[in-house]
Amino acid sequence: MDLEFGSEYDEFTKEVESFCKEYSNAIITSSNDKKFEMHDALSGNSNEKSGKIVSRSDWQRLLIEKGYFARSIPKEYGGYGGEPDIIKSRIIATEFSKHKVPNAMGGQGIDMLVPTLLEWGTEEQKQKYIKSTLHGETIWCQGYSEPNAGSDLANLQTKGELIDGKWVINGQKIWTSTAQFSQMMFCLIRTEPEASKHAGISFILIPMDTPGIEIRPLVDMTLKAGFNEVFFDDVTVPEENLVAKRGEGWSVANSVLGHERGSLANPNATMNRLNTLINLMKEETIDGRRLIDVPSYRDRLLQVQGKVMAVQAHSLRLLSSKINPNQNVKLGGMIQKLVGTELRHELEGLAIDIMGELGTLYEDDPNVRDGGSWQFTYMYFLGLIIGGGTNQIQKNIISERGLGMPREPKVTAEV
Amino acid sequence: MYFGLSEEQEFFQDNVKKFLADNASIEEIRKITSGEGQELQSEIYQGIINLGVNALLVPEKYGGLGLSLLHAVAISQALGNGVGPIPFSGSYVMAPLAVNLGGNESQREELLPKIASNEIRFGIGLSEFVGAREDAGLEIKNNKVSGRALFVMDAENSDKIILSTKAGILFLIDSKDKNLTINKLTTVDKTRTFHELILDKVNCEVLEESTKDIEIVKRVIDAGRIILAADTLGASESMIEKAVAYSKERKQFNRTIGSFQAVKHMCAEMAADLEPCYSLVWQAAHSFEVDSVNESRLLACQAKSHLSEIGKSISKKATEVHGGMGFTDLLGLHYWFKRIGLNRQILGAPEIVREEAAEIQGFNQ
Ligand SMILES: Cc1cc2nc3c(=O)[nH]c(=O)nc-3n(C[C@H](O)[C@H](O)[C@H](O)COP(=O)(O)OP(=O)(O)OC[C@H]3O[C@@H](n4cnc5c(N)ncnc54)[C@H](O)[C@@H]3O)c2cc1C
Repeated sequence: MDLEFGSEYDEFTKEVESFCKEYSNAIITSSNDKKFEMHDALSGNSNEKSGKIVSRSDWQRLLIEKGYFARSIPKEYGGYGGEPDIIKSRIIATEFSKHKVPNAMGGQGIDMLVPTLLEWGTEEQKQKYIKSTLHGETIWCQGYSEPNAGSDLANLQTKGELIDGKWVINGQKIWTSTAQFSQMMFCLIRTEPEASKHAGISFILIPMDTPGIEIRPLVDMTLKAGFNEVFFDDVTVPEENLVAKRGEGWSVANSVLGHERGSLANPNATMNRLNTLINLMKEETIDGRRLIDVPSYRDRLLQVQGKVMAVQAHSLRLLSSKINPNQNVKLGGMIQKLVGTELRHELEGLAIDIMGELGTLYEDDPNVRDGGSWQFTYMYFLGLIIGGGTNQIQKNIISERGLGMPREPKVTAEV
Repeated sequence: MYFGLSEEQEFFQDNVKKFLADNASIEEIRKITSGEGQELQSEIYQGIINLGVNALLVPEKYGGLGLSLLHAVAISQALGNGVGPIPFSGSYVMAPLAVNLGGNESQREELLPKIASNEIRFGIGLSEFVGAREDAGLEIKNNKVSGRALFVMDAENSDKIILSTKAGILFLIDSKDKNLTINKLTTVDKTRTFHELILDKVNCEVLEESTKDIEIVKRVIDAGRIILAADTLGASESMIEKAVAYSKERKQFNRTIGSFQAVKHMCAEMAADLEPCYSLVWQAAHSFEVDSVNESRLLACQAKSHLSEIGKSISKKATEVHGGMGFTDLLGLHYWFKRIGLNRQILGAPEIVREEAAEIQGFNQ
């Protein structure tokens, strides 16, 4: 066991630390605030807004310039261009979290599309899309799910035909988060109807202002986040919007699903939320008594803290396995989405419970605590328990690929 | 940076695991726990001692191996994994730490080499310091101790026993003292022993440093809790392995039961619950040696209480996966179930330990 990163990182840590002190509790503003309304609660950012005020685009630019974001993405694509160094990334994440510095923007473009293009994209595609995505200028949505292709994603039917050097797309996507704010969609389309289920899918990039696209918002239970149905009626995009080869879409999508699952429940964000909850329990009272002094509440808090500490320690073990390739933590990696999303949901739900009736206040009620973020995040994480591969599907994966248990026998056609 | 057991720690762990696999099968455990296998038990004990576990935590200058608590954790996992029917957490973790931290130089010089050479064996009882039940409790008057101690660990076949007053003063008594009555307690877990001690003016030797600093007994308890958490970790790991293996063999409705999702999901939940526990227990052991007392005590408390909760849930689910067979004595799965159940209560049940964790963090201020 050696938790020291080594003295060669001391200088770097100091540098990050001094940046973090400068931007502690910074306020990031955006021209489209609604979109990021609950961003802070989700990513565990501080709610004591008392620091510098920076616009979101300046913030992205500054973080890239410093190498605190997009660190190992080449300069020519708008990144910082540093050597990949997992330890430095870890130091950045830890210091940001410790000093309550807002994180860089995330989202499906940054978390999923950029790694996809780096791995599978052509030079032109990388040039064209990565930089503007990193700077928050191009927002992406992910067009995978369809009404009849959810957990069984490979059953998707949205059709693409190559006609006169152009993809002509017809069909429908659903549950598409952020489609209403997005400039682009990365999409799975059935282009090879003759091929087998998994081999007939291609990965195609679609500008959202292309004629023939209709976006119908679907209100979700939080009434705030919002996903959409997206309809395609002879939507035509250039042939070069295909990523990788025809029929490779399934492999392309799978190669980055891991990124999404890892990012859905970041342990630092969970730790920050726990600390916010502890403060809440010290401030709020019942019959004049602090909530943290109510033994049953306190015990539940401590139980959640045990889980949060376990997940935090676990993230160190996972980090270690990346630095030391001989260390096998395969099963340990597979459980992250399941454990992380359930834990966050439990933590947010505890905050509601300890507030009792006050915990039900929401939206702009004058008495609402923390802007309603506890209810919002509680519900949102139920969404994440379902989204990104439901937690039942996660259990299938853990048991079959992690524990080597037999697959479900195929059922013959249902009547 | 490396987070995990070192090669050396894994080597110790594998040796203990392998030894138990070869020498302590279910039949052998059954014999021992029904009181018929004393010879067998002392052979197993001797075998484990030959691997050096008694000298593990004794500093090198007193003839020991001077290894870390994480080494002891690695071994404790292996003992939990194989429900090793031998003393460990009391005799070879808490006792050497108590002497090393609580003794003065001459006491260390006198006692530690004898632990390292296994000339003397210690039991240890700190339950009353953690939380006294019934009328238990000890008092020292004129260098004689009177009172009652419950759930003393590893007292069987011991030469000396370390006890504590409520104020945290540690002292030794002779296990054969004529004013001492020792009663073996019948617990659910018969792979290890627990005793009641009744003392009536028993001679004692106070561990001198412990009179100056109440932290010493607390540190010994921190270590004990981490070791018990590791025992539960190993036992839980073994229960998952058994459940998964059984689910791949047993057939119902013309299918292996492991292909039923209800069964698969129970196994996945057990694995998902346990994976972060390795990390937590290892970090707690590491922290014991490098971090501030409060930081490491918080980890020790949380490792103990979290593993108690996870172990309880796993021991239930793993039993369920085995169906009726899981409930039988024949299969012997209950040895693991009971070991986990005992680890949960000793040195502080989860609620009690969590209250301590709250206090450490100043939640009561
Ligand atoms: C908040 C949120 C955001 C989302 N964002 C996007 C997005 O941006 N882009 C996008 O493409 N999609 C998105 N999704 C869709 C998401 O990926 C799907 O909802 C998810 O994969 C489940 O599919 P489904 O909704 O069709 O449910 P179904 O697949 O119909 O599942 C219904 C129930 O059946 C269970 N089930 C299904 N199959 C199995 C099985 N084999 N074994 C055990 N249980 C099974 C499921 O676990 C679930 O409990 C989002 C979803 C949510 C909730």
